[in-house]
Amino acid sequence: MTEPSINDIQDEIIGEFSMLEGDMESTVFYIMELGSRLEPLDERFRVPETLVKGCQSKVWLTSRFQEGRVWFMADSNTEVTKGLISLLVRLWNGRTPRQILGSELYFIDRIGMARVIGSQRSNGFASMIQRMKLYALEYQKQDGVPGPAAGSAGSQDHQKTH
Amino acid sequence: MTIAEATENTSLDIEKIRDQFPVLHQKVNGYPLVYLDNAATSQKPRVVLEAIASYYEQENANIHRGIHTLAERATADFEETRRAVQSFIHAREPEEIVFTSGTTAGINLVAQTLGRKLLGAGDEVIISAMEHHSNIVPWQLICEEKGARLRVIPITDEGELRMDEYAGMLSSRTRIVSVAYVSNTLGTVNPVEEIIRLGHEAGARVVIDAAQAVVHIPIDVQALDCDLLAFSAHKMYGPTGVGVLYGKREVLEFMPPYQGGGEMIREVTFACTTYNDLPYKFEAGTPNIGGVVAFKAAIDFIRSQNPPAVAAHEDTLLRKTMEGLGSLAGIRLIGTAPRKVGVVSFVSDRIHHFDFGMMLDARGIAIRTGHHCTEPLMALMGIEGTNRASFAVYNTEAEVDYFLQTVQDIIARKK
Repeated sequence: MTEPSINDIQDEIIGEFSMLEGDMESTVFYIMELGSRLEPLDERFRVPETLVKGCQSKVWLTSRFQEGRVWFMADSNTEVTKGLISLLVRLWNGRTPRQILGSELYFIDRIGMARVIGSQRSNGFASMIQRMKLYALEYQKQDGVPGPAAGSAGSQDHQKTH
Repeated sequence: MTIAEATENTSLDIEKIRDQFPVLHQKVNGYPLVYLDNAATSQKPRVVLEAIASYYEQENANIHRGIHTLAERATADFEETRRAVQSFIHAREPEEIVFTSGTTAGINLVAQTLGRKLLGAGDEVIISAMEHHSNIVPWQLICEEKGARLRVIPITDEGELRMDEYAGMLSSRTRIVSVAYVSNTLGTVNPVEEIIRLGHEAGARVVIDAAQAVVHIPIDVQALDCDLLAFSAHKMYGPTGVGVLYGKREVLEFMPPYQGGGEMIREVTFACTTYNDLPYKFEAGTPNIGGVVAFKAAIDFIRSQNPPAVAAHEDTLLRKTMEGLGSLAGIRLIGTAPRKVGVVSFVSDRIHHFDFGMMLDARGIAIRTGHHCTEPLMALMGIEGTNRASFAVYNTEAEVDYFLQTVQDIIARKK
């Protein structure tokens, strides 16, 4: 079976949100529920260096690069924000930097995110996306130059905490 | 007449009042809007909206120095608002009323003029721990520039000023005292009369931030004897972008001009400029004329209500909310001073205020969440922010019931 593409996942998310029929309360609770399913972030990554700037809530975001693929780990002090990050993690975890950088996030408009999170949080959400893409960009550059093999043993070398 | 008598004599017809606020009659996220964010800005009655429209439809012109009819009309209306404000806060004369863009602009004006003239190295400015950033940062800026020291009156756990500490802080080095009449985060009504009296005894000038007070408490600047007092129109049913800085004539005359430009001058040559009389000395540039004109309608609206009955009604809403929230497990009230108006702040032990705010909004309830521009106060209390419900005359007990029920639902659902 082939791995679903980023767009397959986006379509899946759009489908899930369409079942909420635009009901704000169901949407908010659904986003919070998604957040609760996000893998807990190791305490050592809950440090000022991993905080995403530009978010009203606290968002800690880190990543690692393993066998040519990027893995994000994140957490937030608010449940709604955690749910929003979980959507991005779901889309981009285990993808190559090229896939991440080349993806167009059309699901955001299609699920009516702006209406749900408002302009202030939209800015924060954009900061998260930008930060994740910066990680991918850095890994892409690293991958192109000789260095430690991007194997599991070398993954710690590629851990980004800033 | 006591407040209780006033309520008995003239029970407010809240539905009739609500009818005057078009914005209240809408659904938000499928639920009737419950607007409890009045401390941020109040809604505007139809008379204010009509006054804005009518100004632009019938008399828009730049004020003062215009020879034509529209300019004359606009000027007359602009100055009429000044007299309405004078009468509303019992100032001695209309020249003591300076129009600004809001409370923040008023305090910055005072810091950059009075502060600049009075402060020297080692002098002191006293503020309190519950101030809004707009009554902290302007003083930090001028203190830093002048080598003066900013001192902060601490508060009790209930959210009251430590008046003993304040008294101990005052000295011959105290030049300016600047405190909020009512805290925007805690709702505490500060004993400003005593603050002013003690400040004057020490030889200081006293500035009052009345942004949160003016819509809830009748203000008499002569009785208070404050030197300066600032507030915003938009928190009292008026338009945004309009504020008032009251100053005693002697103090305003002592203060150097703030911004330079048109309107504030008497004569300009490249060698020398002389300044206009009060209040124009502080009103450089074209002001928010339409806003100022419409502000009079807001003042008239407030005066047309029965102020003691309104105060009693708002107090009922506040007490009911405090009691309701106070009885819920996992909810803690922030700010429990006996003398409070306008706002109720609370935190949940498990639900972040941003999440709480979103869940309430999903049910049509507008509250404010966050630090309310009082970060030092939040740090002092060891919290990041609060949920804040704040009231206006058009809020009802039924709305409070709905709000309390929704808070309970949210807590139950998040268990």
